[in-house]
Amino acid sequence: MPVEKKLYLSTSGLTKVFGFGRNKTLAVDHVDLNLYEGEVVSIVGESGSGKTTLAKMLLGLISTTEGDIYFQGKKRDISTHRKKKEYWKNIQAIFQDPFSSYNIFNKIDTVLLDCIAMRGGRRLPYAKKVELMTEACSFVNLKFEELTNKYPFELSGGQMQRLMIARIFLLKPKILLADEPTSMIDACSRATILDELMQLRNENGMTIIFITHDIGLAYYVSDKVYIMEHGKFVESGSADEVILSPREPYTQRLINDVPKIYEEWDLSTV
Amino acid sequence: MSNAMLEVRELTTKYITRFGEDVYAVDHVSLKVEEGKTLGIAGESGCGKSTLALSLMGYYFPPLHYTSGEIIIDGHNISGMDPDVVRKMILGAEIAYIPQSAMNALNPTQKIIHFIEDVIQEHDLYVTKKDISDRARILFETLGLPAEVLQKYPVELSGGMKQRTVIAVSVLLLPKVLIADEPSSALDVTSQKMVIKMLRQLMETGLISSMIFITHELPLLYNVTDDIMVMYAGQIVEKGSAREIVFDPLHPYAKGLMGSIIVPEKGLRDVKLAAIPGVPPNLKNPPSGCRFAKRCKFARMECEAFSIPLRDIGGGRAYRCIIPEKELREIYAKEAYKNAR
Repeated sequence: MPVEKKLYLSTSGLTKVFGFGRNKTLAVDHVDLNLYEGEVVSIVGESGSGKTTLAKMLLGLISTTEGDIYFQGKKRDISTHRKKKEYWKNIQAIFQDPFSSYNIFNKIDTVLLDCIAMRGGRRLPYAKKVELMTEACSFVNLKFEELTNKYPFELSGGQMQRLMIARIFLLKPKILLADEPTSMIDACSRATILDELMQLRNENGMTIIFITHDIGLAYYVSDKVYIMEHGKFVESGSADEVILSPREPYTQRLINDVPKIYEEWDLSTV
Repeated sequence: MSNAMLEVRELTTKYITRFGEDVYAVDHVSLKVEEGKTLGIAGESGCGKSTLALSLMGYYFPPLHYTSGEIIIDGHNISGMDPDVVRKMILGAEIAYIPQSAMNALNPTQKIIHFIEDVIQEHDLYVTKKDISDRARILFETLGLPAEVLQKYPVELSGGMKQRTVIAVSVLLLPKVLIADEPSSALDVTSQKMVIKMLRQLMETGLISSMIFITHELPLLYNVTDDIMVMYAGQIVEKGSAREIVFDPLHPYAKGLMGSIIVPEKGLRDVKLAAIPGVPPNLKNPPSGCRFAKRCKFARMECEAFSIPLRDIGGGRAYRCIIPEKELREIYAKEAYKNAR
């Protein structure tokens, strides 16, 4: 008998409209998403399908036009700054571009110290803080002694993205929203980043929403896959189901477009 | 036997930093691209792929400097030529280059047709504008691009269209060799497929004779190229046919790269992705022995002692490792057995 899983985050009829009148764009169109505890869910779509808009709404970075977001069974309330901060303790994100994810004036120590402060460790002795920071850095195979007193731009893209994961390690949110975390990174460091994300999931029971346009990646990491086209979910189900036997023509096309190594890659279909 | 379109012998180029240090980003690279063939270059970022592409064109500008070696395009040696002559006579006409950020290669304040006029007039002063526009239109039609694109500004085009426009412009002067440096890394899968289809089309219609394709995406490389060269820290560590490199790599670094392939095919979820730990060495003072030894799982004492030559094992295959072929295969078989349990 399957164990009843706790519903963490859900949306009903979530909609976002940009502009009005003739310039109206429906970016996200009545989306229903259910996210259970400990799941890894992928949202896959082409550029312009509304993936990032959905992510921003879930994070509370932009307002919603219509529809509700429920967090842990209750309707999400981020009307005041204080409530928003409280909400962000539970949901955190890794963004696509590591180069623009950091405040360029802050040193790396500040970035990590902020995370500790956010978890209520503001009054800890400094030695303890250093210990925490070293632990977080070693989790992602970085050396804290080499990073201290450096600015983010002194790191490579892969290192920056891994530092982002170190932040998540310190913050330990319930939900992690990874918005194309590997698209700016080469194939070799990609495996490392994915491994670290999966490790985070296994150790802390974190729920991960993985947003990507790479269907192979989605297949590798996720339990459940949602395919998004023009702001709507066109297909959803378990990863094996959706990717190995897609029903919708859009999904079939997406999978056909990815270069493969065991099967013939059909170039005639574009 | 087909003739070699591009042949490079022991090419070495270096960057001179502002502190006067020499960084040898391309170190004794030899390669050969035959007519009608596509050569792929794989490797992680920072291992000298793009520098090799720049060096192959024979057009050097600081901080990149030419040190030694020969570049022979269709029988002509272009190494050591004056940069200005190279730019006027060789670039575009003999060898063309699609940069990594082709999106930014177009002038935002000019229509595409004006950009094309600039390109052609730089090489041939006495062409009329009408000739140019006819030529451009015919080329665009052959490549399946709408001719309206010519009258548009770059901002009006989508990313994939911009990339294809840049490719069309780069083959305007019918170069013999085309170097594509990550032409699809910023595109989504559908646009990527269109770009690849167009590159194939170029080869089939004979607009270009051979191509060098650079990327870190191995599934893509496998589908586009005939031969693959794997680069690490400025050196070639393995070369062979695409099939051999992807399914039967010999060098531990190539093996590691193949372990990071992600394709939406059955069986992917069962394998654990193998990441290579660590970072490539700093080329300011590269290790004297094997450059990969620090990150290699199978490194031995003697690996770091002296530099390792490229070992030729016949059939166009070569690899740069101290361990003999048979022994390497045994090690991989053992590893696979261990992982399976």
